[in-house]
This record gives sequence, C-alpha cells and structure tokens, in this order.
Amino acid sequence: MHPFAVSRVNDVAQAVTVHARDPHVAFIAGGTDLIGLMKDRAALPEHLLDINGLSDIDRIEPLPGDGLRIGALARMSDVAANLGVRRRFPMIAEALLSGASGQLRNMASIGGNIMQRTRCAYFRDEDDGRCNKRRPESGCAALHGLNRNHAIFGWSEFCVATNPSDLAVALAAMDAIVIVQGSTGERRIAFTDFHRLPGTTPERDNALDRGDLIVAIELPGCVEARGSHYLKVRDRESYEFALLSAAAAVATDGSHIRSVRLAMGGVAHKPWRLTAAETALRGIRLDDTAGLKSAIATSFTDARPLAHNRFKVELAQRIALRALQTAGARA
Amino acid sequence: MSGTPKLWPDDAPQDKSPSNASSGKARTELVPVELRVNGQARTIAVEARTTLLDALREELGLTGTKKSCDRGECGACTVHVEGRRVLSCLILTAMQHGKRITTIEGLEQDGKLHPLQAGFIDRDGFQCGFCTPGQIMSGVAVIEEAKVGWPSAATPDVRKPFTVADLSHPEIRERMSGNLCRCACYPNIVAAIAEAVPTG
Repeated sequence: MHPFAVSRVNDVAQAVTVHARDPHVAFIAGGTDLIGLMKDRAALPEHLLDINGLSDIDRIEPLPGDGLRIGALARMSDVAANLGVRRRFPMIAEALLSGASGQLRNMASIGGNIMQRTRCAYFRDEDDGRCNKRRPESGCAALHGLNRNHAIFGWSEFCVATNPSDLAVALAAMDAIVIVQGSTGERRIAFTDFHRLPGTTPERDNALDRGDLIVAIELPGCVEARGSHYLKVRDRESYEFALLSAAAAVATDGSHIRSVRLAMGGVAHKPWRLTAAETALRGIRLDDTAGLKSAIATSFTDARPLAHNRFKVELAQRIALRALQTAGARA
Repeated sequence: MSGTPKLWPDDAPQDKSPSNASSGKARTELVPVELRVNGQARTIAVEARTTLLDALREELGLTGTKKSCDRGECGACTVHVEGRRVLSCLILTAMQHGKRITTIEGLEQDGKLHPLQAGFIDRDGFQCGFCTPGQIMSGVAVIEEAKVGWPSAATPDVRKPFTVADLSHPEIRERMSGNLCRCACYPNIVAAIAEAVPTG
C-alpha cells in the first residue's frame, strides 16, 4: 500500500472537524472495504482517522413503536446475532448473514457496510482502466464490456455499476433513516435518498459530503417488519456478492396482502424499491401466484438490460415472487 | 465538484499540507504498538500501512499465519483479535494497540494440541497444509460463535434461538465459507470441526 498516516479520534465533533477540513482524510472503522480499495489503488487517502474509539455509537437500542436504532460502529455479526433484530426485522439479520464471511462480519461496521463501493471489476481493476467512478471522465468500460453483473435500472452512459451491499437493500425496504453528524450538525437522511443514481457523476455514491460521519441507522417500526425475508441469488452458494437479491416485507389480513415492501439488489446503482409493484400487490391473495406475478411485473416495464444481463429481468421477478411468498408465510 | 470525496489519484489536488498528520514524514514514520500476542506482551514499531498479517510474520516471526490473496478473499490469514476471528490482511497493526491477539501458534496449551488441531490430523483435514492455520483459527471461532447462539445464512429460521446442537454439517460449511482450500479437503475439514463440537 501507499504510505499514509493513521490517528485515533475519540470525539464525534473532532472527527467531523478533521475530516471536513482535509480532503485527504478518510474515516476508517472495520476497514474491510477501504483497505481493499487502497490495495487496489482505488482509494489513496493520506490520513486515516480511526473512529473505533468513538463512544456510544456501537449500541443496538429499541425505539418507541417497535423500532431499532443501530449505532454505526456496531459490527455486522453483532447486529445479525441480536435477537431483537432477528425477531423484529428478520430480513435485516438475513441480509447481514448472507454477506461476506464470518471473519469479515466480525470486522465490518454497519456504517461502513452502506458506504462500500461497487464490485464492478473495471472499478476495482488495479490497472486503472476506463472507469468514471474511479477516475471521472475516463469513460465506462462496462457499458460495452462484460456487464453480466451490472444494472438493469437507473444506469447512465457514465456508469452501469450496481451497489454491492445486501444490508442496504433491506434498509431501503424498511425505510430506514441514516443519522449523519456533519459540519452543520445532525441530519436525518431517508434511506432511499442515501445512495445516488450515477447520472453524470458516478464518482459520488451517496448523499454524504466531506465532514459527514454516519453515527446510526434507525429502523422505524412498521406493520410489515416481522413478516419479512431477504433472498439472495449468486453464482456460489456462499461468500459471494449478489447477482440479484430481494427484500420483501408483508402485512396480511390472513390471506390477502394488506401492504407490502419490496426492494431489490443487483439491479441498480442503489437499492431499488419496486414501488409500482408494492401498489399493485395490495389486496391480492398470497396464494394467487399468477396475480402476484403480474403485480410484480408492473415494476419491470422500464427495465433496460445490457448486452450480458438480459436474464436478470426474468430472474429478478422470480426472486421477488419467492421472497414475497416466504415473507408472506411469516406475516 | 465541491463536496466530492477527494480520495482518488487524479482527483487529489496538489496542495498537500492541510494537517501535520498528513505530512510525508508522518506517513512513513514508525508507530510504536503494544500487543498481547498468544499471551505475551510484545511491543513493535511499524509503519501505519503495515497490516497485522505482515507484522505477525515479519516483525514477530509468527509465520504460521499465512499470506495468500492479501485481499480478504481466502481466509488463510485468519487470526483472533479479542477472541474474534478476523482477517489479518485487512487490519492495520497501528490500530490494534493494546489488543489481545491469538495465532495458530497460541492454540496449543502446555505442549498439547488444541482439540481441533488434533481433529484435523485425525480426520485428515488437509493436504498441502497452507490454508490449515486459517481453517483451524476459523473453525475454533465457529464453535464459539455457535455456543453463544449466533445464527448463519444456513439457519432455517433466524427468528428462533440457535444452540450449538444446531451446528449441522450444512451450518459448518456455510460458516467456514470464508476459508478456501485449493486441495479441496472440505469434507474432512467439516468432519473435524463437527467432531470438536462439545456435546451434552
């Protein structure tokens, strides 16, 4: 790795100040993505600010109304093992357990998880080829290259990459809130506004500015949370990023869907909510497979597959259906 | 593009003096780090960029921990920090001040192999042996994680409590997926871990 300095910070306000004034500073918590990016020379910070000493931001605490607040420094494994998380938001535990490996889950923080950068092979390439995300205005090698793993929604000529976080898909479905401490104080960012579509500036993954530090993620209680499921499909059975995934949460009156939340991973630059399908699914019987299928299909009329990922359009709908049925059985 | 994180090579402005910590000297100077490695207090001086893996192997002479992918993909460098299995290739030594670290060399007690080390021999859980230290460090932790009720992606229903009695072969395979073995000794590795699970 390139040479850099590392120092420890024990106070949120100080962490924000140091980060805000120096464009070469990067926060480090678990480091599971950042150190890899540095080894691939896809990130070259000169100064790492170790935030692991920040107190009180690693807790998992209940919120009124059956919600949860998860501190940004809580580790993936601790959140996934927490019985409150497993019972109230099973899809959150399942999404976490489907990601990375046991070792990495012990290291990776929740705040860092939603900051992880794309696994697009052109972005990660040490040879530093054409990638607008890695090097603005250098082009997108994936657009007409190998794009089997890439987006079918919301991409631009500048970037067709997908977001790799499993957790983020579940958080989008649950309308989580990212609590950010920044130079101007605390902000609450709706999860669906946290990650960006690439547009003409794919180098920006999310809504954070310099000096912004994620301190917690809030999961508001909702009627669908306990009837939820995360389903991930990949080329290996374990320890692999998603080819596609679905997070589904359902509330029923016993047989019919009262309300539903559906989000997908592996289809876009950000977790993709199937809002049209969510509306169309209301009132449909959970055992009416044909009805469920056609309701899900309403969210795929604007799919734009690339040369190598046309299969994702059909596969994504099947995965959404299966996740929905499993969630429905829990509701 | 104000507000864009300036972390990429061509993106970085040439002005390089915003803080003392980022000066060239600070980036290469040696940082003293106190560790407790396999029960012994050790003090070493490393650059900030030195991974725990390199410090263990190069500074402390503990070459049992193996360096393979060096990218967090293979699990050969697995050690325990504060009792948890982690990948030493993705950990900066300078961030481990005061931490308790266990490597494969620290598993045996009074000249007696750890039960899982003995189990790997009994069950023939390796051929070339290169991934074995990482496999064993991971396997020891898998059993501890199951004892405290951690579920996995192989757990049928995460809403229910998990006990060590639920640590089936499919559970072990899933929990060990972060450790690759090019000799493909997986069935014997799983068998060795399953036998080391305390019963009753």
